Amino acid sequence: MALLQIAEPGMSAAPHQHKLAVGIDLGTTNSLVATVQSGMSTVLLDEQGHALLPSVVRYAENGDVVVGHAAQIAQSADPKNTISSVKRFMGRGIQDIPDTTHIPYKFRDSGAGMVQIETRAGIKSPVEISAEILRNLKLRAEKALGGELTGAVITVPAYFDDAQRQATKDAAKIAGLHVLRLLNEPTAAAVAYGLDNASEGVYVIYDLGGGTFDVSILRLSKGIFEVLATNGDSALGGDDFDHRIFCWILAEAKLPPLNQEDTRLLLTKAREVKEWLSENPEAQITSVLSTGKLVNIKLSAHKFAELTQTLVLKTLTPTRKALRDAGLSIGDINGVVMVGGATRMPPIRQAVADFFKQEPLTNLDPDKVVALGAAIQANVLAGNRNEDDLLLLDVIPLSLGIETMGGLVERIIPRNATLPVARAQDFTTFKDGQTAMSIHVLQGERELVSDCRSLAKFELRGIPPMAAGAARIRVTFQVDADGLLSVTAREQSSGVAADVVVKPSYGLTEDEITNMLKSSFGAAEQDKKARALREAVVDAERLVEAIDAALAQDGNLLSEVERTEIEAQIRLLNEVCNSEDSSAIHKAVDLLNHATESFAAKRMDASVRKALAGQELDKLKL
Amino acid sequence: MDPLQQNYFALFQLPTQFEVDLTLLDQQYRKLQSEIHPDRFTNASCIERMRSMQLATYANEAYRALKDNTARARYLLQLQGIETLEESNTAMPADFLMLQMEWREAIDDAVQSKNIHALDDLLSEIKQIATSLTSQFSQAFQNKDVTSAAESVRKLSFIDKITADIHRNIENLEA
Repeated sequence: MALLQIAEPGMSAAPHQHKLAVGIDLGTTNSLVATVQSGMSTVLLDEQGHALLPSVVRYAENGDVVVGHAAQIAQSADPKNTISSVKRFMGRGIQDIPDTTHIPYKFRDSGAGMVQIETRAGIKSPVEISAEILRNLKLRAEKALGGELTGAVITVPAYFDDAQRQATKDAAKIAGLHVLRLLNEPTAAAVAYGLDNASEGVYVIYDLGGGTFDVSILRLSKGIFEVLATNGDSALGGDDFDHRIFCWILAEAKLPPLNQEDTRLLLTKAREVKEWLSENPEAQITSVLSTGKLVNIKLSAHKFAELTQTLVLKTLTPTRKALRDAGLSIGDINGVVMVGGATRMPPIRQAVADFFKQEPLTNLDPDKVVALGAAIQANVLAGNRNEDDLLLLDVIPLSLGIETMGGLVERIIPRNATLPVARAQDFTTFKDGQTAMSIHVLQGERELVSDCRSLAKFELRGIPPMAAGAARIRVTFQVDADGLLSVTAREQSSGVAADVVVKPSYGLTEDEITNMLKSSFGAAEQDKKARALREAVVDAERLVEAIDAALAQDGNLLSEVERTEIEAQIRLLNEVCNSEDSSAIHKAVDLLNHATESFAAKRMDASVRKALAGQELDKLKL
Repeated sequence: MDPLQQNYFALFQLPTQFEVDLTLLDQQYRKLQSEIHPDRFTNASCIERMRSMQLATYANEAYRALKDNTARARYLLQLQGIETLEESNTAMPADFLMLQMEWREAIDDAVQSKNIHALDDLLSEIKQIATSLTSQFSQAFQNKDVTSAAESVRKLSFIDKITADIHRNIENLEA
């Protein structure tokens, strides 16, 4: 079914250039890129006409990095250097990977921190591997659209924690993509469906992807998508169904433990069988192993349903939790949207239909719907559409807390709080003259620190020395619209801001990202300078453009003096942009930002008044 | 006036009182977010983006506090400078303590016998008591009897906790 036509904002007072923005579905099994062209959200194809890019990256003998179908073909022959389903390792430590024996990669146990994989091209972080997939899609989009991208919306499973989200954003940075927003996959799917069907009411998005399961409950009304609750399992997906078939083949054909190539071969076979059984009552499995042994067995759809029944049921537990969190029962649900290739499996569709007592919606391609929705949101965020027609209010999927005495977690921000959200908490020192302290932030629903995921340790430094218990340090935990946490701290009596040093538990430090950026662009000093300059100019241009638009819209809020000052700073910035001196550009950007501070505040306050006053202010603006 | 300095009711242009038109609250909240949400400022200067995040955060906080009966009651008292001190002031009248004990026992029994229905029944029983406590608060607050208004909030708070407990137990039984 085609998406609804969306008119271009031809009515806009200041017609601006159409910005090139894309939506990227960075999937466990496949990735896609889509964009809005002539009002239609469309998936962009590669030169061979493929929409899906297999999320497989191969580090080849000749030093090439091969991504997609070509890499997938080499998977059985070169399993150690051909990485698939890397999304499962994003923001994860080695102890999080359930069964490393069935995974052919050489994991490097870096002690603490994100797992790494040894390849012939060196040690690679999942972030770098994901960046290769993103870079490939970026090139595809730039070729298809004929220009540089303004930005991208990248989707993540709703149930991704902070570390997994941060890892995704870091991957985009390494790939040279400007991230407009990280968007939850179920929300993206709802956007694609919502605009199509102009639906109002409460919808459940059931999203079973290759490696993750997500369920979200959304209320749609007049272009506002409000997420009421989300839940899921970040280690459950279509791959697990392949694995069940794989294990069944091992048992049924009485095979001894296999080498990596045969493991890969049979896992691929298992996936084909799973897909075949979505359309057919029976599958024939025929493979010749490297030992020469012939595997030749039959699997019926009925037997497959039996093998995977526990997996199917496993998806219903988070579904019930989400319903309960939203305070809704099955009768309140207007529709159930199916997302993710794995929802093609008949046992899944049946289980969902039985549970919700209604047939799920499957009219959009479950593989593409996330990317299509992300593209629509990217188009809105890039400023290509009227302001008032689509807004997503998403939630934080897992509670945030801090470690307290005795290894317990004190909850600070509850799960399903609408983003952005912030909480302040006061701390005090326990030693005379103490100038630093450490705050351990965790994410999860359990009470013990050991049962939650460690996100980061924040070290506060530069606390003014005082008697024990006298300092009152207010720490603010802010989670932004991307679902990412930042922490700021201030000593209340002196007003001194404390430095916050982040030590991510599973993420990358700024230095590591910089190094990856360097290695991906060549280490030459010249390059580094050129890049810094290019970035500074892009930032400056973006700022000037934003302020020009603000002046055109709300210039009447300014006095003549204020306006002259801002215009002078813009001129200065425009001049230094040609100077090839990135630090001068940064300085001019700071000055311009400073000059517009009160203008920004006035504009925002006017927005608040306009929102609630309705008509009167609209007239004033004309 | 700086919206961040306004009280939650004023922010949504609603009268500062316990009775709230929840449909209107929903509408006002959405209208406000439509204007100030960070998604409306992705291309703006970093100052505007920061301000937008602060405002949207404040609007979310305000909406959360006004939507829920207990939170709204607590907030009304706070506006009058009265802290309900649920953490430290755990003194409750004897009859309410009795109720608490009965509920705890009922939960234990239901969990022992894996009886989800019993837990559901208990939930509706507790919900009824919450409704009557809500009107007690409203009365006391109108009569400027802040002491008993604060007590109602403490009781409601307890009920919210036990309700969450029951939900958790149902979840565990279903898993």
